[in-house]
Amino acid sequence: MGLEITTTRIEDAAKWAKQSKLERATNWGRKFSLFSYPFVTACCGMEFMSVAGPKYDLARFGAEFPRFSPRQSDLLMVVGTITEKQGPALKRVFDQMAEPKWVLAFGVCASTGGFYQNYHAMPGCDQVIPVDVYIPGCPPRPEQVLDAMIMLMDRIQSGRGHSQLRTKREDIIAAQQAGTEE
Amino acid sequence: MAKLVLDALTAKFPQAVSHTETINGDEIAWIKRDDLHTVAHWLKTDPKMLFDAPVFVTAIDRLDWKPQHRPLAEHWTEDKPRFEVCFQLRSVKYRYRLRLKVSVPEHDPRCPSLSSLYPAFDWQERETFDMYGIRFEGHPDLRRIYLYEEFVGYPLRKDYPKEKRQPLVRRDDLPINPIKATGEDR
Ligand code: SF4
Repeated sequence: MGLEITTTRIEDAAKWAKQSKLERATNWGRKFSLFSYPFVTACCGMEFMSVAGPKYDLARFGAEFPRFSPRQSDLLMVVGTITEKQGPALKRVFDQMAEPKWVLAFGVCASTGGFYQNYHAMPGCDQVIPVDVYIPGCPPRPEQVLDAMIMLMDRIQSGRGHSQLRTKREDIIAAQQAGTEE
Repeated sequence: MAKLVLDALTAKFPQAVSHTETINGDEIAWIKRDDLHTVAHWLKTDPKMLFDAPVFVTAIDRLDWKPQHRPLAEHWTEDKPRFEVCFQLRSVKYRYRLRLKVSVPEHDPRCPSLSSLYPAFDWQERETFDMYGIRFEGHPDLRRIYLYEEFVGYPLRKDYPKEKRQPLVRRDDLPINPIKATGEDR
């Protein structure tokens, strides 16, 4: 193998062995060049700033630039409380992102609604968009975010992100249909 | 200090002021609903009062109110209206503070709007309408201000179910909510 891959999980390495060289190379490239779109709505934004700033430095994982256009990004970070009124906007932002795309739910508000159990707060942004990694904490420590980032990178490398799986599924279905039509 | 205001108000409008009280240093005047605008106009323009600063508008839902909770306010025992609408005013020149309260029954949640006197009350009255469903008569543009148009009901009323959600969008691949399947919308 000409490609050097570092991983924190042995079982992941076994999974990658099933991937083709090309797939492995693309996923490797994807995981080290995440362009994040911070969908910052509430107090977790402060913690996001600290993670993105030089002390904890999210950039060393390759998530270098926060892009403020969803069309130029492939990692949606949902940072903060999502209200029911915001749901359509969040869905629209997610739909505008180019495939493959990943979603990080930052903080308990984005994961479950947190302590807002009432008429206005959405019980987790996964009601509207598929979430890959959830980060607990109110707000989460930067270390938790970095841990989640590593988990997400593992997921990307092993092709288990929601959008990657969806693409694979669609490919299989399309292949089956092409087979039945012949 | 502002007992002076309450006394002046009662002397000027003996008919309109049904009751006055002082709680923790806050002067409160209960005004009859139909006279609210007249009273507020006098408070704003009278050179001895000059209540020129609007502070807030809100409502209180006394759904489970029992007379023994607060032995004051005798007029409550008459018909026990469910809502109280509060208008907090301040006189910058004389440093008076005064709260006008109007009781509003549930079956007829109307209240005169003060937004023609105090333009700053415009949005606050919209918020009170949004959250409690108080209809402010004479308000130029009484629409929901925070919630979306599709929202049904008034969420800060005490009989609004705490867990009730009114989603605008949901993923279509979510597992079916068992509560939803029984027909109860959450
Ligand atoms: S999880 Fe806590 S810190 Fe984060 S948005 Fe919610 S309330 Fe704010």
